[in-house]
Amino acid sequence: MTETTQSIKQPGAATGGWYEFATRHRASIVAAIILVFPLVMPFTALAVNILIYGLYALGFNLVFGYLGLLSFGHAALFGTGAYLCGIAIVHFGWPWYAAIAVGVGGGLLMALLIGVLAIRTRGIYFAMVTMALSQCVYYLFYQAVDLTGGENGLRGINVRNIDLFGLRIDFINPIVRYYVIAAFVIAAFVVMSRILASPFGAVIEAVRENEKRARASGYDVTLTRLLTFVLSGGFCGLAGALQALHLSIVPIEILHYETSGLVVMIALLGGMGTFFGPMIGAAVFLVLENVVSVWTVHWQLIVGAIFIACVLFFPAGIWGTLVARGRR
Amino acid sequence: MAGLSFDLIALQLFAGLALGAIYVLFAIGLSLIFGMLTVVNFAHGAFYMVGAYVGLYLISIGGNFWICLVAVPIAIGLFGLAVERVLIRPLYGRGIDYPLLLTFGLSYVMVECVRIAFGKTGYPFDTPEVLQGAVDIGVGYFPLYRLFVIGATAVVLLALWLFLEKTSFGLIIRAGARDPQIVRVLGVDVSKVWLIVFGIGTAIAGFAGLLAAPLQGVIPEMGGTILAEAFVVTVVGGMGSIGGAVLAGLLVGVVVSMTSLFAPEMAKVSIFALMAVVLIVRPQGFFGRAGLMS
Repeated sequence: MTETTQSIKQPGAATGGWYEFATRHRASIVAAIILVFPLVMPFTALAVNILIYGLYALGFNLVFGYLGLLSFGHAALFGTGAYLCGIAIVHFGWPWYAAIAVGVGGGLLMALLIGVLAIRTRGIYFAMVTMALSQCVYYLFYQAVDLTGGENGLRGINVRNIDLFGLRIDFINPIVRYYVIAAFVIAAFVVMSRILASPFGAVIEAVRENEKRARASGYDVTLTRLLTFVLSGGFCGLAGALQALHLSIVPIEILHYETSGLVVMIALLGGMGTFFGPMIGAAVFLVLENVVSVWTVHWQLIVGAIFIACVLFFPAGIWGTLVARGRR
Repeated sequence: MAGLSFDLIALQLFAGLALGAIYVLFAIGLSLIFGMLTVVNFAHGAFYMVGAYVGLYLISIGGNFWICLVAVPIAIGLFGLAVERVLIRPLYGRGIDYPLLLTFGLSYVMVECVRIAFGKTGYPFDTPEVLQGAVDIGVGYFPLYRLFVIGATAVVLLALWLFLEKTSFGLIIRAGARDPQIVRVLGVDVSKVWLIVFGIGTAIAGFAGLLAAPLQGVIPEMGGTILAEAFVVTVVGGMGSIGGAVLAGLLVGVVVSMTSLFAPEMAKVSIFALMAVVLIVRPQGFFGRAGLMS
């Protein structure tokens, strides 16, 4: 995975005009695309899904693409965010913005718990340990029936109106709902862009490129890994919370390891370690799912085949391949 | 603990060993493949599931359980050979994550194919007639089939041990696990060795699926659950160590069985708690080399 990402930030390399432009204004470009997106995408519910899974993949990509650790337990972070947001609304009657904050906090906390254990291992073990721990989280939420609804999922997360500085917004209206969620997603992309551009962002990539050298330069590699994982948990927690508000139900399958696998696929399809990859991956994946589901119920077969083809032939993903073409 | 006799605990211990035997078979295949090829086979659960379904199919067309015991590992092993040759071989030398991702995608395809062929719902799997009933093992009556599972696992382990330690091909495998470069320099076709190891590992997975079928029935998703639990086994035992997989597999089986006696609602979570403790105390696992985790 390093070969694909390395080429992106080589200082002084001759860069194509459009690519340099895209990199410099990456957050603005994403914001602009998200804002006009409903005009080209007729199904707003699908568009909202793309936003949420794009955000989920953005958080995942921080660990997978930029830090270089393959996590198979991100469903636990996404799902915890969704469940805690839902529980705050259903059981405690908290307002929607507080519930989203709770969801983000839940994602951060769960990432800290999983991270502290999983960061003790590296390489291939990281994938196995995170998957096992997220399976543990699945069982815990499954059994806490009083809070989570167990097998039936958490129902009744009804947010009809959103009060914003005295303004009452109708959250049921699909297009309004899209723009409310888009506001959070754009904010998250801006924050992510800032993190990656910061000195800490450089350290994250330094740890991926050469752990020993990063350590010799005086950076605490373990702490960097843990912090990055926790940050990733925050993004995924936010995505989960938005998902809970959007669906008004949290199904238990959100914690299933297939939800972890889904985000790996989206990130790989879009291009790991690239800023635009997660959103592109989410859009292509979900639109494809929508189209294919019309004529076959065996969507999983297609998913698996696409995934195998991606690994074998397009490991750089859609955006990664485009970038490689554009730079030549 | 009033009301819990020594006999009951002893019986539960045996039940744990039978459950552990399945974990052991699953995990040694996983460990063998990782130790040799440094491939984490995320499709291992799918091979296990297909093993059970092939058994189901053979019995439905008039075969019996004993034929399955031979035919299933052969069929799944051949399938494993094809998978290694066609899909995994192009990925060697391209980073450790790629085979993992590929086998993950493969597991989707295999599970969906089984759903297409056999339907989404599960099937019961009859225990062979000779192995029905229970026998007195001194502390109480114990299901005969579970004893058979323990025995069959012991036979497979013995055969694998003899193969690895006493044959010249086993010697090459062990040498290849330690240093594939030197083995290649010595004129051995390592890629052929890897092919066969993958075949053996998947064959054992299919065998484990067949053995587990009468205990829990067959369902397309049966491989996913055991995969996560087998990861716990390999982390606890030490990745790439067959001895570690055996000990940790039995331990995990006993832990599950004992917690379901004392606190049934914690049975599923207990093994992950075990893994957490091992990660904190001894991150490399029981038999793992200290440097291997990095």
